[in-house]
Amino acid sequence: MGLESNSKLVEVLGEKGRVSLNDWKEAQWAAIKIRREPITEEELYREASDFMSLFQQAVKEAFLSDIRDPVWLKMREMLSALSISRARRGFTPTEMATFVLSFKQPLFEALKQAHGTDSGALLSDVWMTTVLLDKLGLYCVEEYQKTREAIISRQQKDLLELSTPVVQLWPGVLTLPLIGTLDSERTQLVMERLLQKIVDTGSQIAIIDITGVPTVDTLVAQHLMKTIAAAHLMGAECFLSGISPQIAQTVVHLGVKFGDIVTKATLADAFGLALKRIGLVVIKKSGE
Amino acid sequence: MERIPILRMGDVLLVSIQVDMHDRLAQTLQEELAERVVKDRARGVLIDISVLEIVDSFIGRLLGRIASISRILDAETVIVGMQPAVSITLVELGISLDGVRTALNVERGMELLASSISLRTQE
Repeated sequence: MGLESNSKLVEVLGEKGRVSLNDWKEAQWAAIKIRREPITEEELYREASDFMSLFQQAVKEAFLSDIRDPVWLKMREMLSALSISRARRGFTPTEMATFVLSFKQPLFEALKQAHGTDSGALLSDVWMTTVLLDKLGLYCVEEYQKTREAIISRQQKDLLELSTPVVQLWPGVLTLPLIGTLDSERTQLVMERLLQKIVDTGSQIAIIDITGVPTVDTLVAQHLMKTIAAAHLMGAECFLSGISPQIAQTVVHLGVKFGDIVTKATLADAFGLALKRIGLVVIKKSGE
Repeated sequence: MERIPILRMGDVLLVSIQVDMHDRLAQTLQEELAERVVKDRARGVLIDISVLEIVDSFIGRLLGRIASISRILDAETVIVGMQPAVSITLVELGISLDGVRTALNVERGMELLASSISLRTQE
C-alpha cells in the first residue's frame, strides 16, 4: 500500500512540518508522571524524538504499511530496545502501546491543518497512518511480551536451581530437603542431582525430607519411589522423612504403598537412624 | 571371541564388566558364571558395572537372572558401582532387581559379601 498522490503526510513530517513534537512529549510526560515511574523527563523526550525522526525517515524513504520491510528496520530495532527496557522497569503493556499510539493525536492535528477542507484526502491519510501506527504499537506489545516471558522463564530456572540442594549431613549421609510442589521435570532434576551426589561423596544413606512439600498425590509418591529405587540400585539406602500427619492420611487414603521404604516423621529421627546404620553412636559427655 | 574374565578371590567370584555388553556376551557370562560358582564352590558373586554406561532391558533382566541362579547355587550376588544414568534407566524400564544386593563400590561390596558369608557360615 503506497501513499496517495494528494497525501500531505511527508509534508507535515518534513523539516517545516507542523507535527508538534513538544505537545506529544508533554502529553506523554503528563500521563506517566502520575505514576512516578522511574523515568526522567529527558529520557522520555529523547525516546520521543528518536521515534519521531525514525518515523520521518521511514515515511520519506517509502511509505509502506508492512512494518517487516527493511525500511522499518531501524524503527523496529529502536522499539524493541525500548520495549525491553520498559518491560524490565515494570511498565504495563498499555503504557508501552500508548507510547506509539499517542503519536496519532499530534499527527492527525497536523494533517487536519495541512489538508484544510479536502476531507477526502485527509481521511485517506488518517487511515493510512492509523494502520501503520497500530502495527507499530502491536509490535511494541509483542516485544514487551517476549521480554516478560524471557524474564519469567529465567526466574523459573533460578527457582529450580535454588530449590533442589543436596546437602551432606555427615560423611556418608546425604539429605535432600524438598520444598514446593514436585512435578515430573523437577523430580527428574532432583533424582539426577541426588544420584550424582551419591556417587561423588560415596554416601551409603540418603534422606529425602518432604517437610516442605505441601501435597503428596499418587504422582508425587510415584516419583519419590522411583528416586528411591534408583538410589537403591546404586547401593545407597534412602529414608523418607518429614511426613506430616496430613500427608500420612492422604497417602493412606490414596492407597499408596511405600513398601520397604523406611519412613520417619522428622528429619531428626531419620538422621538418628542413619547414624546407627553407619555404626555411629552419639553419646552425651559425662559430667555435663 | 570376546569374554568377560571371572576372577576368584577366596569365596567370592569377581566379575568386572569393562566392555559394552551385547546380548550374546551377556548370555555367555551367565552360563560361565553358573559353571564357575559350582566348580569353585563360591559363596558370593560380585559384579562391577561401574564403567557400564548403557544398560538395556535385556541386560537389566539378565543381571537379575544371574542373581537368582547364583542364589540357588548358594552364592549371594552384589552388583556394585551402578552409574546414576543406568539406575534411572532401569527404574524407568520397571526393572527393580529385587533380591539383588547393591553397593556403591567394590570395597563396600566386598564388605557386604564378607559379612553375609560369615553370617551364613555360622548358621
